[in-house]
Amino acid sequence: MIRIENLVKTFGAKRAVDGVSFAVERGEVLGFLGPNGAGKSTTMRMITGFMPPTAGKVAVGGYDVAESPLEAKRLIGYLPESAASYADMTVRGFLNFAAEMRGLHRAARRKAVNRVVELCFLESVLGQSIDTLSKGYRQRTCLAQALIHDPEVLVMDEPTEGLDPNQKHEVRNLIRKLGKNKAIVFSTHILEEVDAACTRAIIIDRGKIVANGTPEELRQMSALAGAVTLSADGASAEKLSSLGRVEQLDGAWRIYPHEKGKASELAQAVVELVAREGWKVEGMYRERGELDEVFRRITLPDTVKQ
Amino acid sequence: MRIIWTIAKRELGAYFTSPVAYVFLVIFLLLTGFFTFTAGNFFERGEASLAAFFGWHPWLYLVLVPAVGMRVWAEERRSGTMELLLTMPVATWQAIVAKFLASWIFLALALALTFPAIVTVNVLGEPDNGIIAAGYVGSFLLAGAYLAVSCMTSAMTRNQVVAFILAVVMCLFLILAGFNPVTDLLTRWASPEVVDTVAAFSVVTHFDTFQRGVIDSRDLLFFLSVIGFALFATGVIIRGHRSG
Repeated sequence: MIRIENLVKTFGAKRAVDGVSFAVERGEVLGFLGPNGAGKSTTMRMITGFMPPTAGKVAVGGYDVAESPLEAKRLIGYLPESAASYADMTVRGFLNFAAEMRGLHRAARRKAVNRVVELCFLESVLGQSIDTLSKGYRQRTCLAQALIHDPEVLVMDEPTEGLDPNQKHEVRNLIRKLGKNKAIVFSTHILEEVDAACTRAIIIDRGKIVANGTPEELRQMSALAGAVTLSADGASAEKLSSLGRVEQLDGAWRIYPHEKGKASELAQAVVELVAREGWKVEGMYRERGELDEVFRRITLPDTVKQ
Repeated sequence: MRIIWTIAKRELGAYFTSPVAYVFLVIFLLLTGFFTFTAGNFFERGEASLAAFFGWHPWLYLVLVPAVGMRVWAEERRSGTMELLLTMPVATWQAIVAKFLASWIFLALALALTFPAIVTVNVLGEPDNGIIAAGYVGSFLLAGAYLAVSCMTSAMTRNQVVAFILAVVMCLFLILAGFNPVTDLLTRWASPEVVDTVAAFSVVTHFDTFQRGVIDSRDLLFFLSVIGFALFATGVIIRGHRSG
């Protein structure tokens, strides 16, 4: 549904987005990760047709955003950064406006508004003006606006920013649910969100894509992935080091496999060793790898890397 | 067409949900009353016309119209809603025209609320209502020209105060180009053709014809081209922001 080829955006001498290419199909939820200022928002603004790219192409549902902007925009629902909405309007007024902008009038409009009000739990604040809403409700109101025409493509710029943990959870569930028959792109810098909602994630840094894969694949890039953490009475580094590189933690040992792919074999070997030596195991855990660590490793400037 | 109306309706609604509209209407009506009856010597003139009423409009609008127009784009940019609006299926020019029309309709409403002035002259004497009608048309167009300029300056900045001041300065130029003290000054060192050309850019020159009861196509064209040019420039400025 979304196809981006070699997208470039320069602001003066700065290349905010530098040759980004990716595609998102229906049924996919793409998480867009990156440090602040990496070019996430700029990329989204180009997808939604707000900013013309300096070079490269964006196509949404087969329509080139630069050549047929209106057709492309009709397919897109967009939640802009910090959920910008007309603060002086009531929630109902704002949603009615959004519906009419999408060509929904009268009965169709009423139906659409009712649908998104239910979807985003806005019933209780319908008559309230937007500037009196809490951050969470404002975010959901703007999300409701993006969903009003049941778009095939949903683009969201930090949809969970400023929400409390419960609301975050709700929004993630909603994204996952919607993702079944839409193409969704959303940006975030909360890594747990990738696990919670995405089918695929892209990490972007200084305008370039530095990683692209399923959350599992990204996690595999972590140095930690496949390591076994063991806390056992009587265990010694000496014996463990025959299995892999050993690191002593606070009251536990962490054994890294010699080769990344041999993770399950390592775990087995550790179990066998424990049984042979008769150590009293208090806990044993096979690390899946931490996105956090992957993210930091690939987005930190070279000078900061150890 | 329908989408233009949708946006215009929202804009108009925004005026009336905030105190802006009411404050503006009250001040506008108070000031027109003051200028017409007190400063304009309406009664001492001894004529059944609204010359005293219309004569002040270029100056009155100078302050009041930029106050209406300053928020049009500056507010959208400041609050980030411009991104929301322009990513909806609407062409930029449609949004520009819609927002302009909404504010113009609002100004038309303010102007319409001056009807007691018409009633007054008709009660006191027998004015030429044709001249009054032409005066209203001229005043409406004048407001439109100032408003278009204000929309343009509003697009230049996210700060409404800056937008207001820029609009006042530009509108002031549109007045002064044909203001007698200025044209007199010009005649001292410029050829009459130059003076006429400069004066032709003035709203006052064109507004005066309406006050005499003449609706000249040249004057219509003047105001409509000022509006057209300013709105076109608004489009260019907005495109500039979007490209970064």
